[in-house]
Amino acid sequence: MSDIASRLDAPARIQVSKTYKLYVGGKFPRSESGRVYEVTDSKGQWLANAPLGTRKDARDAVVAARAAVKGWSGTTAYNRGQVLYRVAEMLQGRREQFAAEVATAEGISGKKAAALVDAAIDRWVWYAGWTDKVAQIAGGANPVAGPYFNLSTPEPSGVVGVVAPQSGYGFSFLGLVSAIAPVIATGNTVVVAAAADAPLPALSLGEVLATSDLPGGVVNVISGRTADIAPTLASHQDVNGLDLSGAIAAEGPGSATELEAAAADTLKRVIRPALDQAALDWTNAPGTERLLSFLETKTVWHPMGI
Amino acid sequence: MSTVAANALGAAGGGLQDVAASEASLRRFLHGLPGVDAVGLEARAASLGTRSIKTTAKAYAIDLAISMIDLTTLEGADTVGKVRALCTKARNPDPSDPGAPRVAAICVYPDMVATAKAALEGTDIQVASVATAFPAGRAALPVKLADTADAVAAGADEIDMVIDRGAFLSGRYLDVFNEIVAVKEACKRPDGTAAHLKVIFETGELQTYDNVRRASWLAMLAGADFIKTSTGKVAVNATPPVTLLMLEAVRDFKAQTGIQVGVKPAGGIKTTKDAMKYLVMVNETLGDDWLTPHWFRFGASSLLNDLLMQRQKLTTGRYSGPDYVTVD
Repeated sequence: MSDIASRLDAPARIQVSKTYKLYVGGKFPRSESGRVYEVTDSKGQWLANAPLGTRKDARDAVVAARAAVKGWSGTTAYNRGQVLYRVAEMLQGRREQFAAEVATAEGISGKKAAALVDAAIDRWVWYAGWTDKVAQIAGGANPVAGPYFNLSTPEPSGVVGVVAPQSGYGFSFLGLVSAIAPVIATGNTVVVAAAADAPLPALSLGEVLATSDLPGGVVNVISGRTADIAPTLASHQDVNGLDLSGAIAAEGPGSATELEAAAADTLKRVIRPALDQAALDWTNAPGTERLLSFLETKTVWHPMGI
Repeated sequence: MSTVAANALGAAGGGLQDVAASEASLRRFLHGLPGVDAVGLEARAASLGTRSIKTTAKAYAIDLAISMIDLTTLEGADTVGKVRALCTKARNPDPSDPGAPRVAAICVYPDMVATAKAALEGTDIQVASVATAFPAGRAALPVKLADTADAVAAGADEIDMVIDRGAFLSGRYLDVFNEIVAVKEACKRPDGTAAHLKVIFETGELQTYDNVRRASWLAMLAGADFIKTSTGKVAVNATPPVTLLMLEAVRDFKAQTGIQVGVKPAGGIKTTKDAMKYLVMVNETLGDDWLTPHWFRFGASSLLNDLLMQRQKLTTGRYSGPDYVTVD
């Protein structure tokens, strides 16, 4: 009897496991295919099911990203900076969750993972600061041989497809942030193909973005096979830029070379992947390359008067 | 008026010649129509929207849908230039692919008919004109008839008239009936031919499915060549259940009288997926006979761009974007 009573006192709690979903247009849809795939940690232990995004999901995400371009690129640089800083604040509040996801995804200690998440938050803040400064370094007044003011200003190119980093130290979250933040800081919107084997930090990032002030559609996250999603983004005629950070460098279908060739058909701006991605260390200072990659320069001539 | 009704129905009237003999008989007939099972209708329309249409069937459906479009511009800000640009698009919807089918018609306000007619010369693309004080229909009958006659004189091949919803909703069915008959008369040309008459119900204002069924029969009895859901100017436009109901009315009318009437859903149909749902509905309700631009039309403007983008996707394998179709 006492045995039963003690059991009743301490009922076993049933674990509430999380259903990870895509993040498209500010909403959390399941994949259009209705399918999921198993995500494991670095040792092969099951972690969660992630939605298996399809070409059609990528297409829908591009539509959502396109719809968000007008509003996001139209906000003032100062306002964009505030919104991005707000995202960093939200990330800070979920530090532990991201640390746990990064630790399992990359097979590193909790301490190292926490340091990587801190670095990612700091990087987000760093890019938030860049929003109203990028015009000064990428634009300016040009001296011309005539009575004109000649001014160049950088403008966002539109929708950018990002194949998220799939390897290198800190790829799963710091690498992801390093790819997304500079693109949206300058007023572009993105569709992210999350790292196929480690999509959980990216899908959780979607939840953070949804609860910050970022308008729906500015960032869209699709998990699934990179070989399905990346070629769709590369050949899509309504995508203006392509970051191939996580594309496989080897030859063959779905390789960076093929994606770049597909992107060339519609004159997309492309960031090429590193030759040896596994040797990358995402904690290194990023520089301004990613900030400046997806900008179009607009030059205005204005008569100076008599 | 009963004689006109008898003329409209002809010898094969299916026993309906005397329906419009008086207000009372018309009301008795319209209110005697079976009530609509709203839940069943909506479920049927929804289930017909779940078909998966892929590859060659999809390519066929897209081309068919393009050929059924009444490419429409009905804005207060319409200009001669805009109508000409739209006509150019109607002749050659996809400049990157000359094989793309042409649309069925251009739909404009009466004062733009001559412009459209001139711009479409040498093609078989029809010019449809809205008339009868579109979209409200709130004008005196002589004004409506003059509006219609003016459009026909300017060369309109088809007239899209609106019914007097106020009269219909207050139960003055014979007034509505007589108005349609009068407008049909005004569609006649001096050479004995006549412009096709499409009758717009503005189903968003008719409140109930029963009213949509009654309006459908009323218009068909009065001699409508086409029945059309909406003007596109109110909050609720063409919906699948309403269109299905009208398709069923058309089917029943054909069975009873032998007269075939066309259907045109209009307003709010923006995507290829929507258009294909309507085509499935036509095929399942009326069959092949109606799957031609002669008997089924889409009143739409932005739908064409989406169809063209899907068409490009099928031919190139790449998703297209709004940068690759015209801005209307």
